[in-house]
Order: sequence, then C-alpha cells, then structure tokens
Amino acid sequence: MNVVNNKWIGQRTIRPDGVDKVTGRAAFAADTTMPGMIWGKVLRSPHPHARIKSINTAKAEALPGVKAVVTSCDIVDFRIENGAVMLGIQDMRWMCRNVMARDKALFPGHPVAAVAATTEAIAAEACKLIEVDYEVLPWAIEIDDALKPDAPILHEFNKFDGKPSNIMGRIESKKGDIAQGFKDAELVIERSFTTRPVHQGYIEPHACLISVAADGKTTIWSSSQGQFMVRAMTSMLTGIPQSDIRAIPAEIGGGFGGKTIVYLEPLATLLAKKSGRPVKMVMTREEVMRATGPTSGSKSTVKIGAKKDGTIVAAHGSFYLQAGAFPGSPIRGAVGCSFAPYDIPHVLSEGFDVCSNRSKVAAYRAPGAPIGAYAVECVLDELAEALKIDPLALRLKNAAKEGTKAAHGPVFPRIGYIETLEAAKSHPHHAAPLGKYQGRGVASGFWFNAGGESSAQVNITEDGNVVVTTGHPDIGGSRAGIANICAELLGIDYKRVSVIIGDTQTVGFSNLTGGSRVLFASSMVVTQAADKVIATLRERAAKIWEIDPEAVKWENGAAHPVSPNAGQFEPLTLADLAEKAPSQGGPIGASVQLNTQGAEGGFGTHICDVEVDVDLGIVRVIRYTAVQDVGRAVHPSYVEGQLQGGVAQGIGWALNEEYIYNKDGKVDNPGFLDYRMPVCSDLPMLDCALVEVPNPKHPQGVKGVGEVPLVPVMAAVANAVHNALGKRFYSLPMSPPKVSAALDAPTQQAAE
Amino acid sequence: MPKLHVTTSVNGEPVEFLCEPYETMLDALRGQLGLTGSKEGCASGDCGACSITLDGRLVCSCLMLAAEAEGHEIRTIEGMARGEKLHPLQQKFLEHAALQCGICTSGMLVASEALLAKNSNPTEEEVRFWLAGNLCRCTGYDKIVRAVMETAAEMRETAR
Repeated sequence: MNVVNNKWIGQRTIRPDGVDKVTGRAAFAADTTMPGMIWGKVLRSPHPHARIKSINTAKAEALPGVKAVVTSCDIVDFRIENGAVMLGIQDMRWMCRNVMARDKALFPGHPVAAVAATTEAIAAEACKLIEVDYEVLPWAIEIDDALKPDAPILHEFNKFDGKPSNIMGRIESKKGDIAQGFKDAELVIERSFTTRPVHQGYIEPHACLISVAADGKTTIWSSSQGQFMVRAMTSMLTGIPQSDIRAIPAEIGGGFGGKTIVYLEPLATLLAKKSGRPVKMVMTREEVMRATGPTSGSKSTVKIGAKKDGTIVAAHGSFYLQAGAFPGSPIRGAVGCSFAPYDIPHVLSEGFDVCSNRSKVAAYRAPGAPIGAYAVECVLDELAEALKIDPLALRLKNAAKEGTKAAHGPVFPRIGYIETLEAAKSHPHHAAPLGKYQGRGVASGFWFNAGGESSAQVNITEDGNVVVTTGHPDIGGSRAGIANICAELLGIDYKRVSVIIGDTQTVGFSNLTGGSRVLFASSMVVTQAADKVIATLRERAAKIWEIDPEAVKWENGAAHPVSPNAGQFEPLTLADLAEKAPSQGGPIGASVQLNTQGAEGGFGTHICDVEVDVDLGIVRVIRYTAVQDVGRAVHPSYVEGQLQGGVAQGIGWALNEEYIYNKDGKVDNPGFLDYRMPVCSDLPMLDCALVEVPNPKHPQGVKGVGEVPLVPVMAAVANAVHNALGKRFYSLPMSPPKVSAALDAPTQQAAE
Repeated sequence: MPKLHVTTSVNGEPVEFLCEPYETMLDALRGQLGLTGSKEGCASGDCGACSITLDGRLVCSCLMLAAEAEGHEIRTIEGMARGEKLHPLQQKFLEHAALQCGICTSGMLVASEALLAKNSNPTEEEVRFWLAGNLCRCTGYDKIVRAVMETAAEMRETAR
C-alpha cells in the first residue's frame, strides 16, 4: 500500500458535488433543455400477455404537432435463433424486445410505440391515436402460476427438461456430496420461503434528452449507472456507431442497480433522428413502477444439517427467482452468496430463472444475494434455537476464513467475516435489555464485489491544482473518496482536487457503477495515474536542479532533494512546477486504463431490534446496528451512508414493500403512496460499526461496501420478529395484515 | 382556453409568467421560470422532492396549480442561500454527509427550513414526523435527522 501520511484518507471531507446539490444547481436527467426540443412519450401495452397482430400509426402521424413515431420496426432486431449477443450480463436479444415489444407484449406497461411531438400533451394525445391490434393471451404473474404444467408459455422456443417451459435456465454451485453430508448430520432443518418483488425505489424517474445531427452525431444527456453502457446499448439498438454517440452522464438521482440498463435512450435517439429535433423523455412514477425493473420475487427452500455441537455439515438451497418478461433473474447472487459466509463441507446451491408476465427485473443492490441470505439466515436462527446455541456463536463456529473454499469457487484470502461477528458480539447493542413485545435478531451476509474496467485522467492545471476525470457516475459520494485519495497521494489540500465524471468521448471506457466496484476500481486507476504524475513532477524538478530524478522525492505537495547529499535546493511546489511546465516539457498529466482485479468479497453482520404492536400488527424497527468489513473507509461518512441506506431498503423489503396485482394482471399500487417505502418516521437511527480489514490487493485497502448492507437485513428483521413473538414468518413482507393474521391464529405454530 | 397570466414573487423577486390552467407550480418553476432545483419524483405529493413554501407554508409544488401563485410569495431551494453564504441547514447537510444522490435534497432542505421556522427546538420524533413526507432512498434518514437537529441547536445558540 502506498499511503504515506494518511492526512486525507479517512477524513470526512465535504463532497466535491455537495454545494451544487444543496443549492439545487446540480443538473439531473430531467433538468436540461436544448433549443428546438420536443417531447417523447411511450405507448404501453395494457395487457399482461398479448400477441401484437398489427400497429397502425397513421392517425397519430397525421396529428398536428407530431414529429415522429417509432415502433419495433425501427429498432435493431437481435433475432432469438441467432443466439446470445451479450453486453455485460445483458443479452441484447432480450434488451431489444424489452425497450419495444416485437411480436408479443409481455407485461402491462411494455412499450409498443413511441411518439415525439411539440408538446407533451400532443405526444400523449398521439399515443391514443395509435391502433394496436392485440390478440390477448392467457398470462401468469406468480412463480407458481408460471410453473404449472398448463401455464401459458412466454417464450415458446424455450424448453426445460425437454418440455416448453417458463424456466429459462438453471445454475448450481456445488461442493462435496450433500447426500453424504446429510447422513452425517444429527439435526436437519428444512424450510421454504417466499419474497415479493420490490422496486429499487430511486426518487428520480428515468429521463433523457437526445439530439441527433444530420450527419448522425448523437448527443445523449441522461442519468444512468454507466454512460458507456448507455452508449453501447443505444448504438446496438439504433445502428449508430459508438464513435458517433456522446453520452453525457447527468447527475443520477438514485439507481441501486435499476439504472444499469436502458429504457428510453434508444427510443429518444430514434425519435430525434427521424424528427431532426432534440427529444426529451421523462417517465412518470407510474411508468417507473409498471415498466422498469424491480428485483425478483422468489420461492426458496433451504435445508441445513448440523452436528449437535453446532458444526454445519451439509447445506442445500434451491432458489426460484422471477425474471419477469425476459430471462436474466439474479440467480447467481442467490446461489453464490447464500452459503458463502460459512465453511461447510457439503453444499449444493441451485437457482432457477423463471419468466412470467411482469416487467423485466433489473439489478438491485447485491442482486439475488438478499433473497438467498433471507432463507439461509432464518434457517440458521432456527438451528441455533434447536441446538440452544447463541446465533452469533453458531455463525462463529462455522465462519468462513482465509483458506476456506467457497461453494461458488474461490478460496478466500484474508477476509474479515469473523471480525464482524466478534464486533457484533461485543457491541453494547447485543446485550441491551429488551421490553415486552420486543425482540432481537441477527444475520450475516456476503456479496462478491467487482473489479473490471476503469479509466481515469489526472491533469495538473496551469495554476497548479488538479483535475481528476473518471468514467463512473457517482451516486453515493465516490467523488469525495477519489478527492481524498488524490489529495493524499499528491500531498495537497483536498480542495485543490476537482473530481469530475467524464462523458463517453472524453474519458476512456469505464464499466458500470455497480457491483460495489466504483471506489475500488477508480481509486486503483487514479492511484496509478497520480503515481505517473508524481514521476513526471520529480523528473521536472530533477531537470531544473540538474540532478538525477532518483535524487528527488515528492512530499507534502512539493519536490525535495531526497537528502542533503543530493544538493541544497528550495522545494518546488506543484504550483511552481505547473508554472514552469511549458518550458520544461509541456503539460503535466497522466491517464490510466485498467481491467482491475482483486476486488475481494465483503461480509456484514447485523443486529436488529423490533417492537410489535400486537393490536395493529405493525412491526417497528427500534434499534439497528450494521457491522461490516469495509476494507478501508476512505470517507467514513459515505461508507456509513452506504450501510444505512442498504439497511433502510432492507427494512422496507422485510416489512412493507410489495407489488399488489389486480385480477387483470396489472399492478394496483404503482405509486409511492401505496408502494410503501420506509419514510423518516418509520426508522430509528441506524448505527454502523466499521471493521477495517484492508484488502491486500488494493493500494489503499479498499473493498466494495455498497451492496453487502442489504444482504442480511430481511433475515435480521425476521429473526427479531420471531424473538419478539415466538412466531416465525416464512414470507415477506411481514406487513400489518400478515402479522395481525398470525397473531389472531394462536394455535398455528408458524404463520404462512 | 388561453394561457393564464400570473404575477407572483419567487424567492423575493417579482415574477410574471404565462401558464396553462392545468399546469402545476412545479411545471412552471421547472419550465417557464427555469428553476430546476425542485424535483419531480412522483407528481402525486408522496415524495416531497418538489417541496416549496407558499407564504411560508410548506407545500408540494406538484399538487399546487401554477395559477394559484397569483399574489402570493413562493420560496424554493434556489432562494435558500444568500449569495455565496449557505443557509446553516445547507452547510450542516454537507458536513454530515446528509445526502447521497441529492435528488431529495432540495425538498428535504426546504421542508427542514419550514420546520425550524415553526419549531426551533424539535425533538427527534418531531423531525422524523415532519420529514415523513420527504422520501429519501439513499441515506436511511439517519444523517439527515442528525443534521437538522444539530442545525436547530446551533441556530438556537446563535439566536441567544
């Protein structure tokens, strides 16, 4: 690690984009305009499942003020029979059909056409004039319905076990022999669980503003978790080469995984191309809820076998996850992460990807992992209860550590899971007294974390300050972390470092803001770029002093001779060297592009206290502590912020959030009033305990932190509810009607 | 129907604009007046990202018709700082990292300012219930509540 004096790393500095965001100046996706701009609107399917026999747009096109109409004919078709065309984890065969239905509409809200007109009102009016001839088909929303032998099949080409099926794929992680493992067990517990789809819930709806010049040069202004993803997907779906598309990352008003794919950009691009006018599109909240990705609902069965002393000898998990209209549910996260915190000799973890007539799922914070952890961590709680072992002690006894081979493949290097368990055990929260109808639960969680491609430029300005350009949209404060690291490396005040997010044509390729990778990867490239800049600065000083560059050191923002033997010279500051740059070899700066490696997985352990209002069935979280191995907290406030935000989302998932479908197969609660995310008065303060076991493969010891904190939450809440009531819930959300029903059924051992 | 002519005051400045009868105050602010600091998260009064004050009263500008501004005083996030000098709430939000993506921040600040104008010494519970109409999906509210309470304490100290 090349941290020198640690002046800025670990400091709670003011974020570079902060003033813009507290004064309303920051420009998000819907906040810009262009001269001559017109408005785009999407016509969406009212049916959950329907064959599109024909679309007639003539009347819409004839409406005064309408400038362009597009349908699936205008979008590049990636034919299913030609095989997968992958962009990251997305198959463009599904992506082209998700942005615009082709032969079939597969969920209510599925786009079937788009219009651009001089006003929003005219565009909306024109949508109503488009005549779509639908053949309405039987539909299936829930997993059970999609798996019935006579279920309507969404994708007729697909076969599972030789038969047409909505199961689009199966994966497994395997270690040892579970049959043998369960024979060795003295106690086996097997339980089944369900979770509901929940939306990422970003407050900023999807929006974009796009212009296409006569020569095809395209400018995209939109908010996403990756401007390069926007460029690539738009290019593939419109046929415009990537070199002609400048995708500018607006400030992004929350993503949580949900903005890792495109919805509007290809449509607005085609409308702009056809009309010759810049086109702005902004989704309504209802469109966001109906047509953009929630995460999967699920059905899981987990079986764990142990010795009487608490040693876990075998584990089997099977996880069925809803993909929505197109294949691609996050089964990898459920399968790979669920058992990863434990050293278990015999493991089989299986995942099934199930299509049904709801919107295509999108990534949501540690995709799949919270679903798997919910099931596994609840079974562990029952195991601890049956064996009369403290739940943290049971986890400590079986904890993965350096050298443990995880079922999903890797052998863990130095990891901090045990440290999180020990910190939880010794935390005052763990021993605090509880009152009537109050209960405490614990749970752990794991997320893979990711590295991957990142680019950065570090440029010294003519007045001796620093501009860092990276390629990752900053959602949670990553610019502040990068400023801290760059200031540290260059030995200057962090206020002299300006960090910006470049557009696709001004900074090198950088993969998505996702997988908890941004600070890990971008600080790696920024560190290498800063090292190159420092090497240049030392060379320049050496040249001026006429000594060897090896005899120059960089310290506290200035070049110094390494020792009096090297010569007696006044230090040359960054400003001095910037001023002399033109005569000493030119501008000072460096860019680095890497496919970063060494992002090690992250672990967390949570303690949750709840109080149940037994009259109303309301579960309230009254105290919460999230413990996590964060590697190195470069900016502790934003690390805590990640933990607190993840916990709040998990509490919503556990207690309230769900889509309610009506008898017509449509979402009945597509707004924030009825889709009930946690509000300020629902939550207590959310305490964080940061354990820092530095990542040995990263220059500052950074590990991803953003996704782990959602993984343990639902199990921690469920285990706390059990502790409070003596009843276990096997389905989410533990909403007031469900809790009331369970409380009113005293003879029932377990609710649902 | 012709457009309506509205004469009002926004952040202390006299303003005139034309609007459709059905247009919301949020549309007028973000459109005709170019004040995009107020955000649209839901258009149904559930998220609070569009919070403004009307004659000192906290309202969701998405639930107010633009024409209703006639003769009243509107304040938005853009009027909160005095030139380069941030309002103590803005400063404290920065120091406490009480924002992540920032989309809810304008509304949170406007709502918090309205709270402190009514109640200079709110309890944690009062802050939480006052801000219950302002959704934040990033922070879990912890740092926001702390920032508001600490600002209130400092403003009381200053006022002494």
